Formats: sequence, C-alpha cells, structure tokens
Amino acid sequence: MWLLAIFCLILGIIIGFNMPLLPVLYAKYMSIAVLAALDSVFGGIRAYMEDTFDNLVFISGFVANTLLAAGLAYLGDKLGVELYLAAVVVFGVRIFQNLGIIRRYLLKKY
Amino acid sequence: MEKKSTFISIAAVCLVLGMMLAIQFKTTQSYQQATLPARINELSQQLNTVTEERDALAEEVLILREKLKNSRDYDQAMLDLQEELQRASMAACMLPVEGPGIIVILDDSKRILQPGENPNNLLIHDIDILMLINELKASGAEAISINGERITAMTEIRCAGTMILVNWNKISPPFEIRAIGNPDMLESGLMIRGGIVEMLKVGGMQVNIQKMEKISIPAYNGKLKFKYSTPVEYKEEKAE
Repeated sequence: MWLLAIFCLILGIIIGFNMPLLPVLYAKYMSIAVLAALDSVFGGIRAYMEDTFDNLVFISGFVANTLLAAGLAYLGDKLGVELYLAAVVVFGVRIFQNLGIIRRYLLKKY
Repeated sequence: MEKKSTFISIAAVCLVLGMMLAIQFKTTQSYQQATLPARINELSQQLNTVTEERDALAEEVLILREKLKNSRDYDQAMLDLQEELQRASMAACMLPVEGPGIIVILDDSKRILQPGENPNNLLIHDIDILMLINELKASGAEAISINGERITAMTEIRCAGTMILVNWNKISPPFEIRAIGNPDMLESGLMIRGGIVEMLKVGGMQVNIQKMEKISIPAYNGKLKFKYSTPVEYKEEKAE
C-alpha cells in the first residue's frame, strides 16, 4: 500500500518534470492547488489511520479542494483581495494538524 | 473489492499530486532562472554600447592629440593656450576623464507589488537620480556619468514615460552612476544618516556603492548648440 503510493508519487514527479512549463500567470494558482492537494493527501492518510477512510470522500475531497483553492485564488485576484493568503493559512494549518495526528498515531502504533 | 478501488484511488491521487508538485517546482525554478539570462543579455548589450562609445572616444582623443601636437609645432606659445583649452574642455565635459572615484549601481525594488499599491513606489525616479547626483556634486565629484552619459552643465535628468532621459538619450535601470572624486568623501556623502541612500533603501531600492582606484568617465558626446546665447567680448577692464 505505502509502496504503491510512493511509487505512484515518483512516477507522477517524473511525468511532471517532462511536462511543458506552466505560464507564470498560472503558477500562483498552481501553488495553491498543490497545497490543497497536499492537504487532501495528508487528510487521507490520517483518515486511513483512524480507519474512517472513505474512498469517495477522499477522491472528491482531493478534486474539489484543489479546484476550489485555485478558483478561490483566481476570484481573489479578480476582486483585488488576497484570498489566496486565506487558502495558504487554512491549508497550512490543516496540513500541520493532520501531520500532528498522523505522528501521534504512528507513535501509538510503534 | 473495497480494497482494490481504494488502492486505485490512492495511486491516482499520488500520481496527480506528484505531477502537480513537479510542474510547480519546475515552473518556480525556471521563473527564477529566467530573470538571469535576461540580465546577462542586458549587461552584454550595455557593455557593447559602452565599448563602442569608448572606442569612438579614443579615436577622438587621438585626433585631438594630433591637433594639439600640430599647434605645438607651429608655435611654442600656443602651448599655454592649449593647456587652457584642455582645462576648459574638461570643465565643459568635452574630454573623457579618469581617476579614483565610486560607482553607484541603482536598481528598482525587487519587492512584490501588493494589490492596490502604486507601482511607482518600486521604481527609481528621475528625482532620485537627481538627488543622488546633487549629493555627489556636493561631496566634491569632479566628473559624473550615468549609464555612460556624461553629466554636463546642460544635462537634463527627466522622466519620459517609463524611461529616464539624460542628454536626450533614454536610459533604463540598472543605473550605473560613476563619479570621480575622493572615494571616501563621495561614499560618506551618499551614506550619510538620513541621506539619499538610506532613503532609497527604505523604499526597497537596490543601491550598491563600489569604491574604485580608477574609473573612466566618457566625454559628452552630444551636439553643442548655442542658438540664443552669444559670447560677450572679453574686455580687460583692469588694463592701464
């Protein structure tokens, strides 16, 4: 399971490095999307450890969070409000929370 | 059954995440690197123009020297006159000069613009350069140039759209201001507390001052035109 995930991650990174460059204009939205995706993945790992992992929730959360975060940043840019900062803060906090919970589970387990 | 779909979804998500991470990483890195070649191009272009200018000036110097020599051959009494001419030419910025001094490199702020902020806050303006030049003059600079444009008595430093005009030539950042004089005096004049450099640095501008043993400053290479003024005949009023 973990091996599969890491293998896919490495495969994705290799594919990504061979993809064309993103226009600088969209790099900001991509960065938010990456953050959201990371958050979803850590959320998924946490749910897996808590045995509440739901496939549908995981997938939909990943897609929706990513798109929503990028969309929110875009909307913020259009409105002249730095909404992407809100996304950075929220996802940042959540990533750290999830990491904390994962760490505690790992400590309990071993 | 449940397990299998879980595996697939995790694999897919990890794949997409990896791709996104890689693309973002690559984009960020290439964006940071992209500014470097542009700067190199700019610098080499600048170097080319400055070198060409210098070559032309060197030729001019040779011609002038030849003329000087000729007149010297004609008449030894001309020597004093030539010397005087030389000094006058130097004062009029018509001769390239060299000597100890400083090189100040000014560039726009690298700070990222906040939404709603005036982009002018991040740029070097004509007034900044004017103040800096003024400070250099006050600190005893004998010759000053900006991006190879000699500052003469008539030189204007003025905004023209996105460019700055000096001697009616457009110059753009980074600005390289050379000044010949006592390097310590010039530097301390600029670095004085509450002075121009501190003011520019507060605004986030990039200011770099180098003290040099020897710098060369080109001559004014524009046209001399006196459309309205004519010299008044010099009378020796103190003669007997």
